[in-house]
Amino acid sequence: MAQHQVNYASAAGLPVALTSVDKLINWGRSNSLWPMTYGLACCAIEMMATGASRYDFDRMGTIFRASPRQSDVMILAGTLSKKHAEFTRRLYDQMMEPKWVISMGSCANTGGMFNTYSTVQGVDRIVPVDIYLPGCAPRPETLQYALMMLQTKIRKESADMNKNTKQNLRTL
Amino acid sequence: MRKYTPKDNVQGKAYYTDRFWVAPSVPRSDVSEDAHFAALLEKIKESVAVKESYIQIGQMVVHIHPKDNIAVLRLVKEQCDYAMCTEISAVDYLAQDGEFEIFYQMLNLKKAKRIRIVTRIKEGQAIESAVPLFNSANFAEREMYDMFGIVANNHPFMKRILMPDDWEGHPLRKTYPLQGDEAASWYEVDKIFGKENREAIGPENRDPARIDRYDTKRFSRVGYEVPFGADISAGEQKTEIAYSDTLLANYNKSSKQLDERR
Repeated sequence: MAQHQVNYASAAGLPVALTSVDKLINWGRSNSLWPMTYGLACCAIEMMATGASRYDFDRMGTIFRASPRQSDVMILAGTLSKKHAEFTRRLYDQMMEPKWVISMGSCANTGGMFNTYSTVQGVDRIVPVDIYLPGCAPRPETLQYALMMLQTKIRKESADMNKNTKQNLRTL
Repeated sequence: MRKYTPKDNVQGKAYYTDRFWVAPSVPRSDVSEDAHFAALLEKIKESVAVKESYIQIGQMVVHIHPKDNIAVLRLVKEQCDYAMCTEISAVDYLAQDGEFEIFYQMLNLKKAKRIRIVTRIKEGQAIESAVPLFNSANFAEREMYDMFGIVANNHPFMKRILMPDDWEGHPLRKTYPLQGDEAASWYEVDKIFGKENREAIGPENRDPARIDRYDTKRFSRVGYEVPFGADISAGEQKTEIAYSDTLLANYNKSSKQLDERR
């Protein structure tokens, strides 16, 4: 035991770290972002690749959950059809606060090449989006970077979600 | 891709238009050229009236009266080995002839031959369902109903298949706009938020490249970033773009010189 004994009086100082509640909570939130296992189209293949061993989301504490009730992040990966929009919103509503949305790929951002009657022209029409990911489909690195950007965003935010400037769709 | 024609001075150069252009059609040949199809056509002609018949790209096309469709399908299925109905759908000729063209694409697996049975109905007229003969007709006729509004009589489950049940209109009709009608453009908003929230969401942006410079809720210009939703109608401050050190790192220059010859 003796060799593991902490020398409290050493030059390194006392083993005490001072922080704020916001930082502590956001440290926890940003390092355990659990996205929902939810793929809409071909972007979901890239999302799966990002989660798998080569790109390995798990090392960032990002673990895909199979239930919206256990998820913090909704990655909208792919074309959202108007028929399905209702269910996407329902899944979003079932997620616990605080929650974030990543819009992955051109189709989710703007409708992409599907400038037709049956495609939602951008998922921000139905859910508030935090990060827009360009690409068709985005590479796994892009999704990883988006997740890191989201972590940065969360660390800047207040832990009290009511204080954060959110898009107006949340209140509807 | 279409050939690019300059549109900056169309008025001055309109000396030629394709006003009398006729779309090219696939050449048709006589049924008598193929012994198998000729024998099959004779058999069909014994039981029902055939309006027109010809061979196109190795397939026999038979035009029949809409009330005979089940009789012909049963004949070719049970007596002529056309055991598979690979596709049923329709073509909208309402503007041209006031009719829909319904076709049944049939496959003979023993002889590797295909025929197409074609019939025409007026708008609002129904056709007898082919589900008792072919199970594949179930989804195909539902899709035909969904896309064109053509009802198949005695179908076990005549319901929309691709579009939502409360969708308005039939999208593959030529009169249906590609980008959707009024009901289609507000469909998801009405369904999720209700009609009263249309104002808050706003109309669809059908031009993704369009950027409203003063809309800081969606995007801000690179180098001119402002807080979310800030009003920049009076102009915004320029912020220098700062790159992180990791981004500017020179990966070609190694800190360790492993090979002395370099």
